[in-house]
Amino acid sequence: MSTPLWSWSARAVAEGVRAGRVAPEDAVASGFDDVAPGFEPWVNAVVHTDAETRHANARDARRDGPLAGVPVLLKDNLCSTDFPTTCCSRILDGWRSPYDATVVRRLREAGAVVVGKGNMDEFAMGSSTEYGAYGPTRNPFDASRVAGGSSGGPAAAVAYGLVPIALGSDTGGSVRQPGAFCGVYGLKPTYGRLSRYGLVAFGSSLDQVGLFARHAGDLAETYAALAGPDPFDASTRAGAAPDVSAWDSGVRGLRFGWPENLWVEGVEPAIVAALERAASLLERAGAVRVPLHFLPGRYAVATYYLIATAEASSNLARFDGVRYGLREPADDLVGLYTATRGAGFGPEVRRRILLGTYALSAGYHDAYYAKAQRARTRIVREYEAAFASCDLMLMPTTPTAAFRLGEKTEDPLAMYLSDLFTLGANLAGVPGLSVPMGLDAQGLPVGVQLLGAADAEPVLLRAARALEVDGDVSRMARGPEREVAWPAKR
Amino acid sequence: MAIDRAEAARIAALARIALAPEEEERVALQLSQVLDLVATLDELDLAGCEPTVLTPETSDLRADEPDGRTLESEVALAGSPETEHGFLLVPPVVESLEP
Repeated sequence: MSTPLWSWSARAVAEGVRAGRVAPEDAVASGFDDVAPGFEPWVNAVVHTDAETRHANARDARRDGPLAGVPVLLKDNLCSTDFPTTCCSRILDGWRSPYDATVVRRLREAGAVVVGKGNMDEFAMGSSTEYGAYGPTRNPFDASRVAGGSSGGPAAAVAYGLVPIALGSDTGGSVRQPGAFCGVYGLKPTYGRLSRYGLVAFGSSLDQVGLFARHAGDLAETYAALAGPDPFDASTRAGAAPDVSAWDSGVRGLRFGWPENLWVEGVEPAIVAALERAASLLERAGAVRVPLHFLPGRYAVATYYLIATAEASSNLARFDGVRYGLREPADDLVGLYTATRGAGFGPEVRRRILLGTYALSAGYHDAYYAKAQRARTRIVREYEAAFASCDLMLMPTTPTAAFRLGEKTEDPLAMYLSDLFTLGANLAGVPGLSVPMGLDAQGLPVGVQLLGAADAEPVLLRAARALEVDGDVSRMARGPEREVAWPAKR
Repeated sequence: MAIDRAEAARIAALARIALAPEEEERVALQLSQVLDLVATLDELDLAGCEPTVLTPETSDLRADEPDGRTLESEVALAGSPETEHGFLLVPPVVESLEP
């Protein structure tokens, strides 16, 4: 094959490694030596890596697994023993995990090569990867714009070709939104389908490990390797994960919901055009459009920012200067906690812990946290009602394409509202998949979001594949993969 | 609902987070803005909506099932800021045991 290794799909790399035609070391080196020098110095997608460990991981990779020799970048909140795990926070600077997260262990068992840790908003709190301790990740398609967040580093790395797949986490859209901004696929599975053992907790009733890829088939292959119950995570769903092997079988007869009321205002014309195009392509492939009315996203925003912050204030209590990482000395124990947390957490993390503390504090619990839990029930019912009449829903991933660096960092409210379309899936525990739909007139990627009922991953992947081949069913099952829109080196 | 500077300081103390005095004002303003946004929940009819804790409801929590893998204490404590004899070291909690 004459195309450079870094541009191959994960499945093509694995097939080459299994056949003995490709060395995992070469697959890793192609990304880091051939393409990264043109992007990484300004994109800043990777925060922890070193050539020696990458090489050792490649050398030791299994040559017979479904992901044999496939390089993969991990978001910096996923524990692995070979690189630091810092959540891009000062409070965990230099910390190394004594164990691998279950998803990391399963990656290695499948033959994948962990190559390092990707940039993120501190503790996954943010929508732009500007709130981390190691500087922002820039959008590979436009250096003046954000990559999205909070998993911006992994999304950008997949977009520019460093790795074919990457792992992130999605508590309110942190995989789907950067996926849309960077022009790659981003899958948030059903709550409980991927183990969170070894994922640093943020909002435990919402968190889910998510996947990035440049091809729908790579998402399916990775999901199949990672999903399923884990004895170490009591919140994983019992029973085998849904079978996604029929990802290339088309969408004939599937009914997709079309909640047009959600984008009558406040959504960029290029995003609306992408939605119209996606709907036409699904129809071309034989799916049926079902118009429906859906609850506006502002209620999900309000509900989410109470529940997520309340859970965060509890989860992040463990970062206290005693057990992990940073310690600011003080004369007494409370002083040590207070000084360490004040110095170790950045502004957005502090803001969210404070909001969560307030929502849970005596006298305010019922008015805020308990009310949000009831609103969550209302939102869950909205999804149940929608999926009673359709197999999946089509929705924007984001109201706009990637915004400019610094545009929203001083305005938390504006940042929160950019998550309008993604938060609901986390509140309802259902899967969501952002599908790249090409570039807008400014050369920025735009994406659309597919949502399904719990365990509808097979349906979402079939629809994503139908969009990947422009609704042309004759191109399914025989490839070639779609043409990837690559960003330009600088 | 507006949060004033004193309330911001009270919440920060509860959360064990040191805030610089000049930060208290900004935090109070930002938290007030978010609480205004949260007030949109008043528009929802929540009659008959019991609180949801976890979704989907079929995610039954169960006991963890240890498989025998364990960490030696020195490995588990290797990333801790200060340890001694396998214990985490903290400033004195009880000033004196003398009566």
